[in-house]
Amino acid sequence: MTVTEAAPGVAPPENSRARGPLTVAALVVVLVASAIAGISLGPAVVPLPDTLRYLGAALTGGTIGPEDVTGYSIIWQVRTPRVLLAIVVGAGLSVIGVAVQAMVRNALADPFILGVSSGASVGASAVVSFGLFASLGIYALSAAAFLGALAASVLVYVAAHGRAGLTPLRLVLTGVALAYGFQALMSVIVFFAPFGEAARSVLFWLLGSLGGAAWGSLPIAAATVAVAVALLLRQSSALDVLAMGDESAASLGVDAAAVRRRLFLLTAVVTGALVAVSGAVGFVGLVMPHLVRILVGASHRRVLVIAPLAGAIFLVWVDLASRTLFAPRELPLGVITALIGVPVFVTLLRRRGYLFGGR
Amino acid sequence: MELTLDAVSVEISGARLIDELSLKAGDGEVVGLVGPNGSGKSTALRCVYRALRPSSGAVLVDGTDLTTLSIRDSARSVAALTQDGTADLDFTVAEVVALGRFPHQRGNPVLSDRERELCAEAMRRTGVTHLARRGILSLSGGERQRVLIARALVQEPELLVLDEPTNHLDVRHQVELLAFLRDCGLTVLVALHDLNLAASTCDRLAVLQNGTLVETGPPADVLTPELVRRVFGVTPTVVRHPRTGVPQLLYTL
Repeated sequence: MTVTEAAPGVAPPENSRARGPLTVAALVVVLVASAIAGISLGPAVVPLPDTLRYLGAALTGGTIGPEDVTGYSIIWQVRTPRVLLAIVVGAGLSVIGVAVQAMVRNALADPFILGVSSGASVGASAVVSFGLFASLGIYALSAAAFLGALAASVLVYVAAHGRAGLTPLRLVLTGVALAYGFQALMSVIVFFAPFGEAARSVLFWLLGSLGGAAWGSLPIAAATVAVAVALLLRQSSALDVLAMGDESAASLGVDAAAVRRRLFLLTAVVTGALVAVSGAVGFVGLVMPHLVRILVGASHRRVLVIAPLAGAIFLVWVDLASRTLFAPRELPLGVITALIGVPVFVTLLRRRGYLFGGR
Repeated sequence: MELTLDAVSVEISGARLIDELSLKAGDGEVVGLVGPNGSGKSTALRCVYRALRPSSGAVLVDGTDLTTLSIRDSARSVAALTQDGTADLDFTVAEVVALGRFPHQRGNPVLSDRERELCAEAMRRTGVTHLARRGILSLSGGERQRVLIARALVQEPELLVLDEPTNHLDVRHQVELLAFLRDCGLTVLVALHDLNLAASTCDRLAVLQNGTLVETGPPADVLTPELVRRVFGVTPTVVRHPRTGVPQLLYTL
């Protein structure tokens, strides 16, 4: 093989450092445009000028006429929080996907691999089936899901923690094994549910939906994701080192076990918070990290900046599709993410010489 | 930098992998660890590059116990070429080499001009400059090994620890790498399988068997037919290298 045949393992261009800010700026523009499109479009299309006028009025405290009240409330009370939540959840899932894949050193890992989503589904199904936490009102589902997610994480952590700390394979195997247990538990709960609707509600919740978006559910999720991105960015070089293997990491001054513990905690909390507001939106956290790496290379310094933006844009459009394609019925997000994501991903995977952990 | 292993023992789940190993490498000395598979070479090295903590005893660099240093601090003076040299992600060669600066950095700063020059120089020395923009996963085993050595050099270590560095290398690159180790001026602790290459490279050899030190000294004193038979179970004919005079082993199949 000659050196010029550099087809596999295509390196990002030399000038990627200079192009970085441009890429970010372009993605931010696309994100804003997508968000406005997502707010304007839907089963009832609100024309763009009206959309912008309503948004302007809401942001600047301006006034609108009485004939605009319906449109305004659709835009500001229903769609804007929903699109913002799509941005938060998309950004969060893809950035946590990057973190999890680095933590367990596994290409198949996603934010839910550690049993978080199935743990959350136990909590959620308990609420749906038996009305647990009824005193919390509309937040009962979120609270139960979050608690279920955290409980699952603690269990996985304790079960996976061996003498050598958290080794990647143990984590994955424990997470997968316990996920089966949680799923069984959830099935039992749904099976004994007094209402027949329970199974359907739990299924819908499991496949993810932003239908419950409201201004109230935004701040916590948004803050959690923002903090996670900031913390991960600070560690981006350490994540690069971690990908070299635990032995090499030690020789480069990184305590792999300690980094992994921190990542586990971060992942559990953020994933729990996201699952609580949107259910288990599959595919985003698995595929976005790969997609971003195909485009900008493996360096976490770049991936951790691009991945949240790309994930946010992706989920805004996915959510738009979920509420318009079969309006007034809504499709679960997981269905659309898979329908769009799988072919795009497979095509990219085949087109570029993308390598992960081997040839 | 002077390296001292002082009665280092490592015990993992009841198995004693090395037992009271004491060893010294003087400043600028190249010390080779040889021994059959499972004799504890890698375990001893892992204690030096901080992947493993000795159960008892101490690893000292210039008289400082390594366990009193943070793992990051020790990575500033001790670099290693480990056995797990595969990456999960397809970093470019230049990115992998630049990771050698990690222990010297706080946060994620962009490389300074001096550091960039350091990376370029290390890649020149290991002959991987032309691979700079290739993905690490697309390289051959030997190319990858040289990239990792470049990364270790970028760490600006005073002590270099290498675990079977000649694995996967063709003969030319084996010779070049070992000649480089011999002449680099750093203190080097290297585990080698090939006794002839070890004899040509190292100032002193330490022979391990079942986790204990059997013999240590200059290659000419250590590599006797009797010792090789006792430790490795084969009886070689020992000859002098006609040009360098170091002992070389000939095996009869």
